[in-house]
Amino acid sequence: MGQTVLEMIGIKKSFSGIYALSGIDFSLELGEVHALLGENGAGKSTLIKVLGGIYQPDCGAIKINGKEVNINGVPAAREAGIGIIHQEIVLVPYLTVAQNIFLGREITTKSGTVDFEKMNLKAAEMITSLGVDIHADSVVEKLTIAQQQMVEIVKAVSFNANIIVMDEPTSSLSNEEVKQLFEIVARLKEKKVSIIYISHRMEELFRISDRVTVIRDGEYVGTRNTSETNANELVAMMVGRNLESFYARNYSDLSKAETALEVKNLTCEGVFKNISFKVRKGEILGFSGLVGAGRSEIMEAIFGARKYQSGQVFLKGKEVKITEPMKAIKAGIAMVPEDRKKQGLILCNSVAFNTTLSCLHFCMNGIAISRKKCRDIIDYYAEKLRLKAASVNIDAGSLSGGNQQKVVLGKWLATKPEVLILDEPTRGVDVNAKFEIYSVINELAKDGMAIIMVSSELPEIINMCDNVCVIRGGEMAGYLSKDELGQEEIMKYAAGGIK
Amino acid sequence: MNQKKSKVIDNPVVSIFRGNMGIIAVLVIMCIIVTVATDKFLTANNIISVLRQISINTYIALGMTLIIILGHIDLSVGAIVAMSGTLTVGLIVNQNMHLGVAIVLGILVGVMAGFISGSIVSNFGVPAFIITMAMMNIANGIAYVYSGGQSTRITDEFFIAIGTGYLFNVIPLPVVYMVVLIVIFSFVLSKTKFGTYVYAIGGNREAAKLSGVPIKFIEITVFTLSGLLSAFAGLVLCSRMYSGQPSVGSGYELDAIAACVLGGTSMTGGKGRISGTVFGAMVIGIISNGLNLIGVSSYWQLIVKGLIIACAVLLDNQKGKLSFLRKKK
Repeated sequence: MGQTVLEMIGIKKSFSGIYALSGIDFSLELGEVHALLGENGAGKSTLIKVLGGIYQPDCGAIKINGKEVNINGVPAAREAGIGIIHQEIVLVPYLTVAQNIFLGREITTKSGTVDFEKMNLKAAEMITSLGVDIHADSVVEKLTIAQQQMVEIVKAVSFNANIIVMDEPTSSLSNEEVKQLFEIVARLKEKKVSIIYISHRMEELFRISDRVTVIRDGEYVGTRNTSETNANELVAMMVGRNLESFYARNYSDLSKAETALEVKNLTCEGVFKNISFKVRKGEILGFSGLVGAGRSEIMEAIFGARKYQSGQVFLKGKEVKITEPMKAIKAGIAMVPEDRKKQGLILCNSVAFNTTLSCLHFCMNGIAISRKKCRDIIDYYAEKLRLKAASVNIDAGSLSGGNQQKVVLGKWLATKPEVLILDEPTRGVDVNAKFEIYSVINELAKDGMAIIMVSSELPEIINMCDNVCVIRGGEMAGYLSKDELGQEEIMKYAAGGIK
Repeated sequence: MNQKKSKVIDNPVVSIFRGNMGIIAVLVIMCIIVTVATDKFLTANNIISVLRQISINTYIALGMTLIIILGHIDLSVGAIVAMSGTLTVGLIVNQNMHLGVAIVLGILVGVMAGFISGSIVSNFGVPAFIITMAMMNIANGIAYVYSGGQSTRITDEFFIAIGTGYLFNVIPLPVVYMVVLIVIFSFVLSKTKFGTYVYAIGGNREAAKLSGVPIKFIEITVFTLSGLLSAFAGLVLCSRMYSGQPSVGSGYELDAIAACVLGGTSMTGGKGRISGTVFGAMVIGIISNGLNLIGVSSYWQLIVKGLIIACAVLLDNQKGKLSFLRKKK
């Protein structure tokens, strides 16, 4: 085995008496990619912040190349050769790539002004050495998220970092961009840079990591060589119990089921065209495809939140013209949007407020809102979805990701829909909440609701859906039934392997 | 224990008190200081006079509260006060128009101004700060152009009674209007769909849109309401002053915004309450009244007013910490 570059021993950290980390051990070898895995709230971020000098551990030691170091701040971490790529990009959008890389340590000419030429030259050198295709003098704002992330990596390397932490680097990248990122990771490995890689996406870990360490509730669970483990074992380690059937789904015979929603030749110029499909009662119809293929946009059009040029939408055989979300709601369509923080919830308002916002027409008492009717609805769905909140009067923003998603789900179920559109229903949700959301979806389908599920997580699509539409570049690329479903088939259609 | 707690929260009076603890503390402290400094403050006459003084600002601040909760701002309110007031008085005195028609026209002009601002803000996504500033100039301009910069005296008895009359010979009519408006707006904001949607839009526009909230309708209606309230304020003000003056509304927008902010309405939108704004307006009114009674010169009053507003907002910000201290006891 290689040489150990970093050792964290018995790291403990508590916040006002509650342990976020209760004795974590972690070691990193020269030139390895070491994945750090755990549910939301398991302590991954805290551990990374300890390593980055943002938090001071209560006890425990950090050794770099065998020597104990005291990382008491961000500069100290940088000096120790640790570079952290945060989940959110922290570049100045209106400056150039070179200016960002040299921010705070600009190269100056003799007279004290900034030497842009030299900075651009040096930046370009660093960029090419990593095999990235970005101009040093382009403005960061104009780059794609993936490119911005690469600038971050270049910046970290420019500080001579030999330990790089990547916190969910692929969460907003398309598959092609993920591939590019992985090439850079491989190049960093060649340069003997060690990488700590945090991600929720299981299949990525198997593609690039050498070892995996799992932590749970602030405790060290175990470390495995990636080649010797499998997804089931890792999930079991994360959750702390065996999940016999993670995806709960009772399939039923749909041959006689009534069509709930039918879409014919829906076209929105430049976004999607000629989309036709139907969903029956009790069916879960999946929508798969690459990020940016136009799946969410199609759903928004059906829901009345986006204008489209041509096409027809039929609800139970009758054509409907939906021009705004309220009409969709009244017609019996609900949509759980893709981004719950930006589109799903009003974070500064209470759980109760959010739950009843779309179904106030059920709560009216003349022109006044009846508190009692609201209360009944809120209690019913909080119970049904096993919502964990101290009270329904606390701000929705203070809940965990999983519980926030349950609030959004409850809010839309409260509109009593016949067709439920779920756009990325389990994104950024911890494993337990995921399991609970799946069982709710299954029950809804069993009770005869027609469900459309847009998802980028292939296992979710494969294990939950009756049929799957694959969208590529705004067009219907393929339609797969349950028996044909497989990762390869879907990816073939999504990426354009076959016509 | 738990049940008892939820009961306490459900009581509206207690809830108003809890929600506005900071501003109420400021109000009480100020009242105590003024009462100690002068024995003229705590008399029935003076209290009625304070209420009458704050009533005009309160009408405007009610509309402003809704606008700020939406995440916008309306700088044109003061100018609408002047425009509507001057036009109404001018139409009656110079054009010999029937009183009722003139009043309706005056109000309509204000409503139109609000409607236009709201439509532009909502349909084109232009910052309300800019559009209402433009509207402020236009409305001020109309007031000055129409009146030629001169004030117009009015002696019509019924018109004068609007602002100077009394209910049961005790309560000034402007105060009666104020109470009615406060009740209506509290109800609308806390108990109706309309109010809920106002909070939703201010909290997260995108989420509100996807939740089926008719954003344009709500935004335009709120700006129109603000125009309506400002025009009404102009009417009452001119009636009280026996004249239409084009310079009358200047500074009203700032007093209204100050009342909202003092009352805890968040400038970023999504948060705020009518009760807070009412307390805010009271604080502003008592500052002027108290300083007048103590005999502070009006130039010094500006400085003191600024300082008190800054301190009050700071104190209100610390509300969370105050209740934390209380719990520890």
